Amino acid sequence: MITYIIRRLFAAVVLLFIISAATFSIFYLVPRLVGSTPETLATRYVGRAATPETVHLIAEKLGFYDPIWLQYGRWVKGIFFGADYDLGATVEHCPAPCFGYSFITKTPVWPDLVDRIPVTLSLAIGAAILWLIFGLSIGTLSALRRGSFLDRAAMTFSLAGVSLPIFFTGMIGLLVFSYKLGWTAPGGSYTDFTESPSAWAYALLLPWIVLALQFSAQYARLTRAGMLETMGEDYIRTARAKGLPERDVTVKHGLRAALTPILTIFGLDFGLLLGGAVLTEQVFSLPGLGKYAVDAITNNDLPKVLGVTMMAAFFVVIANLIVDLLYAVVDPRVRLG
Amino acid sequence: MIRKSRALVAGTAALALLFSAAACGGSDDADSNSSGAKPEFNAALSKVFNPSDKKGGTIRLANAGDWDSLDPGETYYGYSWNFLRTYGRSLLMFKPTPGAEGNTLTPDLAEGMGTPSDGGKTWTYKIRQGVKFEDGTPVTSKDVKYAVLRSTDKQTFPNGPAYFEGFLDLPEGYKGPYKSKGVNTDQAISTPDDQTIVFHLKTAFGGFDYLAALPQTVPVPEAKDTGAKYKEHVIATGPYKFETNNLGKNFKLVRNEQWDPATDPNRKALPDAYDVQLNVNADDIDNRLLSGDLDVDITGTGVQPAALGRVVGDPNLKAQTDNPLLPRLWYTSVNPTVAPLDNIDCRKAVQYAADKVGYQTAYGGPLAGGDIATTILPPMIPGYQKFDLYPSADGTGDVAKAKEHLTACGQPNGFETNISYRAERPKEKATAEALQQSLARVGIKLTLKPFPQGDYFSQYAGNPPFVKSNKLGLALNGWGADWNDGFGFLSQIVDSRVIRETGGSSNTSVRIPEVDKMLDTAIAETDQAKRDAQWSPIDKRVMEEAVILPGIVAKSLIIRPKTLSNVFVSEAYNMYDYLSLGVA
Repeated sequence: MITYIIRRLFAAVVLLFIISAATFSIFYLVPRLVGSTPETLATRYVGRAATPETVHLIAEKLGFYDPIWLQYGRWVKGIFFGADYDLGATVEHCPAPCFGYSFITKTPVWPDLVDRIPVTLSLAIGAAILWLIFGLSIGTLSALRRGSFLDRAAMTFSLAGVSLPIFFTGMIGLLVFSYKLGWTAPGGSYTDFTESPSAWAYALLLPWIVLALQFSAQYARLTRAGMLETMGEDYIRTARAKGLPERDVTVKHGLRAALTPILTIFGLDFGLLLGGAVLTEQVFSLPGLGKYAVDAITNNDLPKVLGVTMMAAFFVVIANLIVDLLYAVVDPRVRLG
Repeated sequence: MIRKSRALVAGTAALALLFSAAACGGSDDADSNSSGAKPEFNAALSKVFNPSDKKGGTIRLANAGDWDSLDPGETYYGYSWNFLRTYGRSLLMFKPTPGAEGNTLTPDLAEGMGTPSDGGKTWTYKIRQGVKFEDGTPVTSKDVKYAVLRSTDKQTFPNGPAYFEGFLDLPEGYKGPYKSKGVNTDQAISTPDDQTIVFHLKTAFGGFDYLAALPQTVPVPEAKDTGAKYKEHVIATGPYKFETNNLGKNFKLVRNEQWDPATDPNRKALPDAYDVQLNVNADDIDNRLLSGDLDVDITGTGVQPAALGRVVGDPNLKAQTDNPLLPRLWYTSVNPTVAPLDNIDCRKAVQYAADKVGYQTAYGGPLAGGDIATTILPPMIPGYQKFDLYPSADGTGDVAKAKEHLTACGQPNGFETNISYRAERPKEKATAEALQQSLARVGIKLTLKPFPQGDYFSQYAGNPPFVKSNKLGLALNGWGADWNDGFGFLSQIVDSRVIRETGGSSNTSVRIPEVDKMLDTAIAETDQAKRDAQWSPIDKRVMEEAVILPGIVAKSLIIRPKTLSNVFVSEAYNMYDYLSLGVA
């Protein structure tokens, strides 16, 4: 087991390096290949009144005249050893892991990422709890009452949930529940859990529900399909023949076996969400990683884009590792090694 | 089947309820202004809506993006200059009053307007006694000098305006106080005593008072300067100071106890605090404004397309809006370096054939788009004169006149050329298509050429060799003034000397030596009335050459805060005056 984890972690590190090199190339090498010069890259980071001398100074400051491998090497070095940045009156040391320095906001990227993780984590965990509870319950009930009104209503609901995008349900939810009825918090009202747990929950309630609505719909359909399949298996009949209570048959034998594919999807979904629930954070103005990514892309702030990409990749890789480990727990037939 | 239908009906009803509730949001309380002032369309355009001197409360503002910079030395957005007056005091400022007077300068940190000498090459200002930083240190002329000099370090502050380094007689190779530490800069700015500051220019500049009103003259104490990080805690001289500043998220201004109203005739300082949220969803900002949950959309650029239909279609909601004209011209450069547009008659044919109504529609119509323009100068620029050298009966173009000019330029059946626009801007694409259709009426065939906006001027439409080799006869363009004055508006778009062969200039089509001379004469004039009178002839001379096709003067539809007092549109910033607002 330990060997397996070490091997997977090593593979994860290699993968993250490949992702970093690919992302760096996309943002720094590709523009050069299609004709951008260091000066044209630098014009994105100067004001509209910038003279050619200013553009040259900025290109020099940002290291755009250096070969691409040197720029990448400097970025990787910063992750392990930190880096120094000239701020005019002062020099700021960006301690390791220094994931670059924003050309636009003039702040190191890593503290920004760390600052935003709790927001995204709060959103993802809350929503995941809700969608797992509702998705699994609705899916199981639908499978057990196949063809009933409950089944059809649940599947209609899940179809609506899957079909309605978050930027639609989110905006409608805000309009109705926040601005019309005043039941939930308006957009942009996130408060840290440590500051006020009640304000934290109040601000996240609607985003949780909106996000969970979409995911629980998918999970309900997945659970239903899985349960329908497993409940028809021979071992379920055997369990019933042995006289096990129906509840045990359903939960311990049926649902547990149906969980394996759901766990796989959950790992991917949850990992992606931790990398930034882009639409939800955008609609509700939550200062998480997803909003950070959108703002960085909008502002052409490449170090931030690179940082958030690495963070998202890290979460996906780790979430998948955890899921692989959980397979052994959910399905005794799985042995890691 | 019946069960299915019931579920369907129930679902549809639930959705319909959601939609109807959403559609009604905010529309039922247009008369609920807490002061009793009756809301009507454009009520705050040229007069104070809901006047009051009541103090207290917190004004809630939101920005759909990040703040460009809170540092007075680097900020370059109108909304930021408007807001900065709450925590910083520049030598001069625009009068915080409604109507045309709001577009005139008045002393702020200085006791009076600048005194020119040496034919406009030297400008002297006296600083008020008793003005202090938030830490109680008195403000001196040296703090203003330091503030201006640090802003010239463009490696540290690349985004700020570059007027001072252009005009000041700085020592050769001077790179600002960080890199050129200890260099004597008295030849550029001298401070004979703590209350006097003298600016020495390389060339005469009659409008220097406008530079003295830039945020770059807001004093910065050298001992507290942290370079690029100064924006994290600007030392206040205005009535408010920073209580918190979470970069990229929010900041809060509270009262600055060191601000003395006796030194400040311009500020009422009504609210106790300003609470600003950053990076808020733009559509959500509109909804919150309409519901009263938010007071001000700080960028002042107007409602988003999602809310526009609701606001315009509902008389109650429309009554809560103002529709100011902006000092921004959306226009098309007609490049005389691209044949056959090197012939003036071919350029005139383009002017006559263009459908300005189509231009206006492409930008969102008369409310959200703007007014049809026939001149380069927008009407709010002092010295503006209305004229139309290429008139058509209803603004849709004069096909007969266009054909006459095509014949005169030897292209009676029209010609082919390209039109460039910024690929990320749907309004520019729509405009290019509108021009394509209207010019096709006289046989001028346009091929649309989209380019990425990040490199639009540096590599494509603003790069003269690229324009010529790729036959970009027409290029969609736009310009907004740094301040509402002829120099602020014209200098970057009609002066041929700003064109760089390496690209990066907004001007690609105006290369008229006579216009350059006219600009130089106007710029050197220190008498404002005489100077203002010279802008319109420049405008007319450029239009005679038909190298700019004016499209529209932009307008925005802004939502008036229901919860605030003293609301009016500043003619200097063309959005609500943030300094004068109070909580109703």
